[in-house]
Formats: sequence, C-alpha cells, structure tokens
Amino acid sequence: MRKALLDWLDDRTGYRAMVHSMLFENIPGGSRWRYVWGSTLVFAFAVQLITGFFLWASYSPSSQTAWESVYYIQYQTSGGALLRGIHHFMAQAMIILLALHMLQIIIDGAYRAPREVNFWIGLILLQIVLGLSLTGYLLPWDQKGYWATKVATNIMLTVPIIGPSLQRIVVGGAEYGHHTLTRFFALHAGLLPALMMFFIVAHVYVFRRHGIKFKEPKRAADTHFWVDQLLKDAIACLAVLIVVIVLILWRGAELGAPANPSEPYSAARPEWYFLFLYQFLKLETFAGEREVLGAIVVPGLVMLILFLMPIVGRWKLGHRFNVAFLFALLLGVVILTYRAVAEDRSKKDYQAAVEMAQKDSERIKDLANRPTGIPATGAVSLLREDAYTQGPKLFKAHCASCHRYDGHDGTGFVPDPVKQPQTATDLKGFGSRQWLSGILDPKKVDSPNYLGAAKLKNGKMVKFVKKDVPDYDKNDLAKVIAALSAEAQLPYQRQQEQLDVTSIKDGRQILLKADPIRCLDCHGFAGKESDEANTPNLTGYASRQWLIDFISNPGHERFYGKKNEMPAFGLKKILDEKSIAMLVDWLRGDWYEPGQPAAAPTTAPTSAPATKPAP
Amino acid sequence: MTDTESANLPPPSDDRRTFFKKVLAVAIGTLIVLVPSAAGLTVLFDPLRRKTNKAEFLPVTNLDALPDDDLPHSFQVVADRRDAWNLYPAQRIGAVYLRRNKDKVSAYNVVCPHLGCFVDTAADGSFKCPCHNSTFSKNGELIPGSVSPRGLDELEVDQAALKQGLVKVRFQNFQAGTHLRIPA
Repeated sequence: MRKALLDWLDDRTGYRAMVHSMLFENIPGGSRWRYVWGSTLVFAFAVQLITGFFLWASYSPSSQTAWESVYYIQYQTSGGALLRGIHHFMAQAMIILLALHMLQIIIDGAYRAPREVNFWIGLILLQIVLGLSLTGYLLPWDQKGYWATKVATNIMLTVPIIGPSLQRIVVGGAEYGHHTLTRFFALHAGLLPALMMFFIVAHVYVFRRHGIKFKEPKRAADTHFWVDQLLKDAIACLAVLIVVIVLILWRGAELGAPANPSEPYSAARPEWYFLFLYQFLKLETFAGEREVLGAIVVPGLVMLILFLMPIVGRWKLGHRFNVAFLFALLLGVVILTYRAVAEDRSKKDYQAAVEMAQKDSERIKDLANRPTGIPATGAVSLLREDAYTQGPKLFKAHCASCHRYDGHDGTGFVPDPVKQPQTATDLKGFGSRQWLSGILDPKKVDSPNYLGAAKLKNGKMVKFVKKDVPDYDKNDLAKVIAALSAEAQLPYQRQQEQLDVTSIKDGRQILLKADPIRCLDCHGFAGKESDEANTPNLTGYASRQWLIDFISNPGHERFYGKKNEMPAFGLKKILDEKSIAMLVDWLRGDWYEPGQPAAAPTTAPTSAPATKPAP
Repeated sequence: MTDTESANLPPPSDDRRTFFKKVLAVAIGTLIVLVPSAAGLTVLFDPLRRKTNKAEFLPVTNLDALPDDDLPHSFQVVADRRDAWNLYPAQRIGAVYLRRNKDKVSAYNVVCPHLGCFVDTAADGSFKCPCHNSTFSKNGELIPGSVSPRGLDELEVDQAALKQGLVKVRFQNFQAGTHLRIPA
C-alpha cells in the first residue's frame, strides 16, 4: 500500500530522482572540511528564517512600539532572550562564514571558468546579507541602532544627484519615524529574504551544474555527498550553533535605551563588521565633499575588482593577483577594525559615553518592568521623566558650574579645579543628618564642600558655627540636627526617623526655645520669623517643595533675598517645572527602585548614581 | 555532463561505519533545526502560559442612572487594561446590558455566545444577534430556533454595592461556540 502510494507520487513528481541526485552528488577526491562553508551559510540563513518568523510574530514596527515589543520579547516572554539571541548572533556569524566561504572559493580557484556566473551570484548574496544586517540593526529602535543607522542613511546623501531623494525614500520622510521602521522592516523581512532565497536557489543550482571544484591533488577516492560530506557539513553547522549559544550565555543580545533624538549618544558605533568602513571614513582624504570617495567610490571599486576576478583569474598570474588582492583587502579590514577599536579604547569621553549608555539601558529595564507598565507614549518617556536618569544630566548642565555632587559634576566626571572651580556647596546628601552635621561642624563649615567656596565663607553663619557651636551640648545638637533633617522628609532617612520620633520632637523644642542653641536668631522656623533678613527659612528645610521653591527663586525673601547669587531657574525660565522637580527628586534620592512602588532607597544616594541596586 | 554525474557511481556500501555516520548526520541535522525552532515555538506559545485576569466586580453605573423599566440598557465597562507591554489606565474594555426591575438589577454580557457578535435589543426588551439571527428573551434565555448554543451570559451583580446605589458587575467573557459557560 505504502509502496503503491509512493510509486504514484514518484510517477507524478519524480521525487526519487531528485532526492537521489541531491544525496548522491559526486565529491571528487573525497569529502573535505574545506567544503563545509557553503552549507553552514545555508544553515545560518535557514536559522534566520525560522527565528525571524517567530520574532516577526511578536514585533511591532512603529516608533512607540518597536523598542517596547523587543523589550517584551527579550525580558518578558519565556524563550524570548534565546530566540532573539540566536537571531542576533547568527547574523554576525553569517558575516564570518561569508568571509571564510569566499576565501575558500578564491584560494581554491573555484571562481574561475566555468563557474564565473556562480561567483557573481555569490557576490550578490554577499550584498544582500550586508543589507539584511544594516536593516536589522535599526529594528529594535534603541539608541545604538538609531544613531548608527542615521549615519548609514546619511551616507546615501553623498550619492551624486539622486542621493537626497534616495535617502528620503528609504527613511520614509525627512525625519526618522514610523515609516523608517515600516520601510526597514519591509526590506528586512520581505524583499531581502525573498531575493536571498531566489539567489541561493540559483547559486546551488549553478553549483550543482558544475560540481565541486575539488582541491588538487585528490586525497582519496571519490565519494558521495551522503553521507561523508553531509556529516562534515552537519558537524560544522553544529559548531556554528554552539558558538552562537555560547555567545548568548556569555553576552546575550543587547538592547540599549530606546531611541531618543534629543539625547546625545556619543557611544554610537556601527556593528563590528562595519567598523573598518567607519574607520576608513575618518581618514582625512575623505573630508568634506570627498566623503563620496570613501563611502561609495572606493567600496564600489573593490566590488568591481571582486566582480572581475573570474576574468582576471583566467591567467595564472591573474589568479595570484586575485589571491593577493583578497589577502590585502582582509589585512586592510583587520588593520582598520583594530585601529577603530584601539582609538575608542584610548578615548575617555567615549568610554564614559558607553558607560552612560549601559546605565540607561539597565535603568530602562527596571522602569519598563514597573507594575504601571509602559505608557502609550512609549518607553522613551519613562527615561525622560526619570529623576535617577535625568538628575545627573541636569545637575551637570545647570549646577556643576558652581556646585559639586560628592566632588563630581553629577555624572561622575570631576571638573578641572582651575578651569571650573567649585564656588558653592557640595550638594550630596543635602539636608540629611550627615550633611547638617557637616555644616554645623566648626572644622568643616568653611571647607569648600559647605560654605568655604562661596562668599558666605566670611559670613555670619561661619562665624557662628566656629564660635558658638563648640559650646553646645553634643546631645542637644544631635537632636536639633535630627529635627531639622526630619523637615526634609528624605526617603532614605524615613526608617531611621520612625525610630527617632522622640529625639526629633525634643530637637524641635530645643530649636524653638532658641536657647542656648540659637539657630532662630537668624533663621525663620515654624511660623516664627527672625529679625535677620536674607536667611533661608528652615520650615520644611530641604523638603521637596522647599527645594523646588528655592531653585525656582533663591532670591525670594524666604531664602537668600538680596544676598542671593544663584540664578532663579524657575523665575527666569531657565528650567521648566518638570526639570526642577526631577533635579530635586534626584538630589533627595527620591526615585523609583525595582520592587518598591513608592520609591525609597534605604541608604543615602550613592555618589555616582550609576550604581545599580542589587537585584 | 561532467564527472559529477552521480548515476555512474554505485551507492556507498552499507557497512556498520556508514550506518553510524548516517545516524549521526540525521541526529545532528535534527538537533540543529530543533534548537531554533524550539526557541521560536516557546515564544509563540507564551500566551498559553499567561493567566487571564481574575474577574472582579467593576463599577458600571449608579442605580439612579438606570431606568426602572425592566428593559435592557447598554453600559460601558471601564477598567485598566494591560496590552502586552502597555498599561492603559481607565479604558473602555467592553459593555454590559443592565435591566432594572425596582431593586433588582440583572446584567448580561453583550456578546452573543454563538460567535461573539454584539447583540442588539428589540423594543420589547428581547435580544437579537445581528450576525446569525439568534434571539434571546429579556432574561437572556435562548429562544428555540436560534443557532446559538446557549443563552446570553448573565453576569454577577454585587448586591452589597447595589444597596448603596452602585451597580457593580463581575465583568467576564466566556468562550463562544459551546453550550458550557467556560471563562475565556
């Protein structure tokens, strides 16, 4: 019955002859490891088709959902990290396998007559693979892909005459947006794989027409593809897959912070296999209008030489030239890549940018994982409104010209003390018990971290601390500090303050009695006005609202009044309300922490806000 | 044709060594295709592992806003909605029919249990599905001759809240196409 059915099928389709010719293809001189590269490439492409389909089933190409859906695949879906990892690293493996395949073909002279056409088809396939890499890089819509692809599409502008129109068509408009993603996705998942399949079929078809160009001399008797060569191919494919899995376990496919056109991204670099081209374009030869030479003309010439290889290779000397050219090309690529990496390694600002990028990508993972989910405006707004992320950047831009945060500019960078001297207080832990103990310490009050760097150095406060404070009862002073610090309602002191309710109450009374601890001689507190003008009122000192009001208008009579020297950030519209609030929240260590919906770090904010809390 | 023509060569002998190679080749071949496929299928089947939200009482309307005419009136149900990575606060996630007879309120899911169309109401208070003409009495019972496998799905009304003048309904969808009420 079964045989009858198969006979019928064979009669109608001729499948037996096809299978036979596929499996029993002759391998002159026996199976060899050097023939495996073509098969590994077919395997890699098949894996990309399989994983690509499943990724497609979960991906959503638009500027508010691309990053979000990739985040969901990577971190929320079981098996997602593995799936995306395979696709991510197999794409890179394909580039290496392509290089190996091409090396073997050229060294063995397999590109020469009668196999010229197949070599050319191979070159077309190479272009398609590079196109797939380039389009795929953008799809996660993270900072890295966004900025790297921007460079790539701007290179299109150097194409004479049609460049600008071409770029606009590819980008889907004047700016990057929804249509950039839909277009890149249509290329990446539609046109390019279809072309790839067509040319692979053509490649294999033409290959089988002429058979393997065996390596001279034959080392063994002829054999068949099945099973000797096929086993070698299978083992090579397995090795490729193992390398990919190891890379996933070791590094995992990265996902940067969501694309943000308003956020500088100095860590932008192309994928490693395009680094040589990137370094090449840094050469001064290609400055200005001559960019087109480096970006289009030289790579075009290289492709032309590759294309002409089968014709040049007809002569023995020509073949030698081809091999020499290929090695020279590879050497050039290796040298340029090495120089690109070495240059970046020595650049401190690049290293800092990479660190910042990693910090952001770690942070966004926590924010996106919040019970409140990702808003419809996209994950990028989570980072934009996050005090932990924006605080250091705002501090660096607006405060660090005078202030410091634990000695640095908020982002961890220590400014040059000569070019940008510290002229105001160090604000790390501002309003905390530790900070208040410092400013009330006769030894510390006139140090640069408190009042020593400002004009206040010679003011009444410094004199008071130096003269009066040493005589105060230590216990009473500690209670006053606790009471004053409680005004700030700092999240990281909340637990301690719940334990110290009585001493805080005592401290308040001592403060209000104004004897012997005479803070209220000059400062207003709890409805009591002082006689002294132009001193900060201590009611709600360093609390969220107090700080927002202070930064908005430090010249208000509640604060420094006429003595003020700080810009009125709110009043003069230097910063908007949201930015001031984020700056204040960051200074107060008041930001979302994973697992704590109400946001309250249990320790003081660390000097570099980089440190990620232990999971 | 060239010397690659395969028909000239006899198939390789089936000695033990060759057999072992064949088994190994097939095993490796299967494995390397299985790994990416398994990763993909795991992701594809992820929705099966996610639990559906527990049906909770959701506030629908005030009792005063519901006419005491023993006729069904449609009300929208508002709740937070999670859609994969997004959380949308206070979205209109569906609708219910409410029918009030003095202090008694009945609630029905608006979806036809046949294939899920939004059923209409007639002037006499009965229901009719616009897609395949199933008809239901105003109590939601199936009227013979309809293709729907069961009557409209009645939803639980929070009686304690009702006494305070608030209509709260345990909003829930059920699988279509079966005579059983299986939560979707």
